[in-house]
Amino acid sequence: MQRARLDSTLKRWQNRSWIAWVVPITLLLLWQVLGQLGVISTRILPTPIAVIEALITLISNGMLFDYIGTSTGRALIGSAIGGSIGFSLGLLNGVVPLAEKLTDTSIQMVRNIPHLALIPLVILWFGIDEAAKLFLVALGVAFPIYLNTFHGIRSVDPSLIEMGKVYGLRGWALFRNIILPGALPSILVGVRFALGTMWITLIVAETISADSGIGYMAMNAREFMQMDVVVLSILLYALLGKLSDSIAKWCERLFLQWHPNYGKGQQAGKKGVTSL
Amino acid sequence: MSTGVFGSSLSASQVWKQFDHVTVLEELNLQVKPGEFIAIVGKSGCGKSTLLRLVAGLDEPTDGTLLLDGKTIQGIDPDTRVLFQDARLLPWKKVIDNVRIGVRGGNPDDAAAALRMVGLEDKAHVWPSTLSGGQRQRVALARALAGHPRLLLLDEPLGALDALTRIDMQDLIEKLWQRQRFSVILVTHDVSEAVALADRVVLMKDGAIALDVAITLPRPRERDSGFAYFEQLILDRVMERDSRSERASRRQTSYSI
Repeated sequence: MQRARLDSTLKRWQNRSWIAWVVPITLLLLWQVLGQLGVISTRILPTPIAVIEALITLISNGMLFDYIGTSTGRALIGSAIGGSIGFSLGLLNGVVPLAEKLTDTSIQMVRNIPHLALIPLVILWFGIDEAAKLFLVALGVAFPIYLNTFHGIRSVDPSLIEMGKVYGLRGWALFRNIILPGALPSILVGVRFALGTMWITLIVAETISADSGIGYMAMNAREFMQMDVVVLSILLYALLGKLSDSIAKWCERLFLQWHPNYGKGQQAGKKGVTSL
Repeated sequence: MSTGVFGSSLSASQVWKQFDHVTVLEELNLQVKPGEFIAIVGKSGCGKSTLLRLVAGLDEPTDGTLLLDGKTIQGIDPDTRVLFQDARLLPWKKVIDNVRIGVRGGNPDDAAAALRMVGLEDKAHVWPSTLSGGQRQRVALARALAGHPRLLLLDEPLGALDALTRIDMQDLIEKLWQRQRFSVILVTHDVSEAVALADRVVLMKDGAIALDVAITLPRPRERDSGFAYFEQLILDRVMERDSRSERASRRQTSYSI
């Protein structure tokens, strides 16, 4: 009896949205308590309250939103460029076999270079200007989108394409009605993975060379030993990452309502196979 | 469209089809009159699906002529529709939009009418993934008929359905065929289904026609002794068994010993 009741309580808890926040909040509380007791030196890690104080200061002098805005702008512009390049190439190579034969080998070779290893070269090319960061973000985003678009188009059920042809769908109509929607689940997995790459690239690029943005804020604070600001920047990246992932998930639910795995508001994480 | 000759006529003469030196169809001859319901039966690999793909324009014959209403079949004809074994609905389109693919010009009212014809108007705005196998196949039938085809090709459309749903679908196909008078070629390996539906049952063996029987039973067909006679006749030929009379006489001889 006891056990059955416990089981049903646990089952009910699984479906609550706040359940996801239990672990992070517990950790936060533990961190505050340990910091206050002096178990963790404030020189190693400032307490959460100190971080919140830093947050309030930075909000009141307007710098925080300035930096968040700059970083977000870079992230969005860079991924828009890289995303459209990856998407177009994926489409082209998915639909035209000749294009795939011509370009796929080169793309695979470039893809296997860690794009962050290009930073010295990129600084020489573009200096530490905006262009350098946009270039890196675009490069990081292009490949996951390319791979998943290509894979998505190639894995559209050929029997559906044949059905479309029997019903007189050709060219653009065939693409719009069958190929693109069939490839969409895979493309959206690519988008989700690309968003992760986007933030990682931006963090690294901004900490190495920048004069604005969250990464710059962290590096600047390091020089003055402002531990609270450093930790705040890291937390900001975590939040922004979570935010963009939520947006991607929301897109999946919006566009893939028909898909039994997404439509009923289930966690979409199961589809993450191609995310590596 | 309820009266008169609406269906296409089909004439296949001396048709050959080879895939990499494997001959699938060999000197095949077949005539289908306008509005006629033909069933093609045969074991797996006898070439019946290949023949259907040629008629649908999805493949080309290696040799011979295939005439649809007197014209050589070149590619997919808008007056010919195929119902596949799997329903092949687009999972990302609601039921009604799936049917609209079959409507020439894409008029949603025509799609709704086709859906009403198969009795699924209340499912118009659901996703195909929520339908049962039989319902999906009915939606596929509505999609095939929405464009008022003159020739309907059925490629084992009921093979994946359970026995009761299959009888339902057979009745529905017969009813719609009688109403719209299109020509039908049904490929199946269910002999009783062929006898229940077709005007003529054609048996294919090794890429050619081995038997062509007119089913003279009145419609709607009862599963009576006449039905059993045709079923047994065709099944014996499919399985290459001796006919029933021969078997009966042999049994008698074995008794007498």
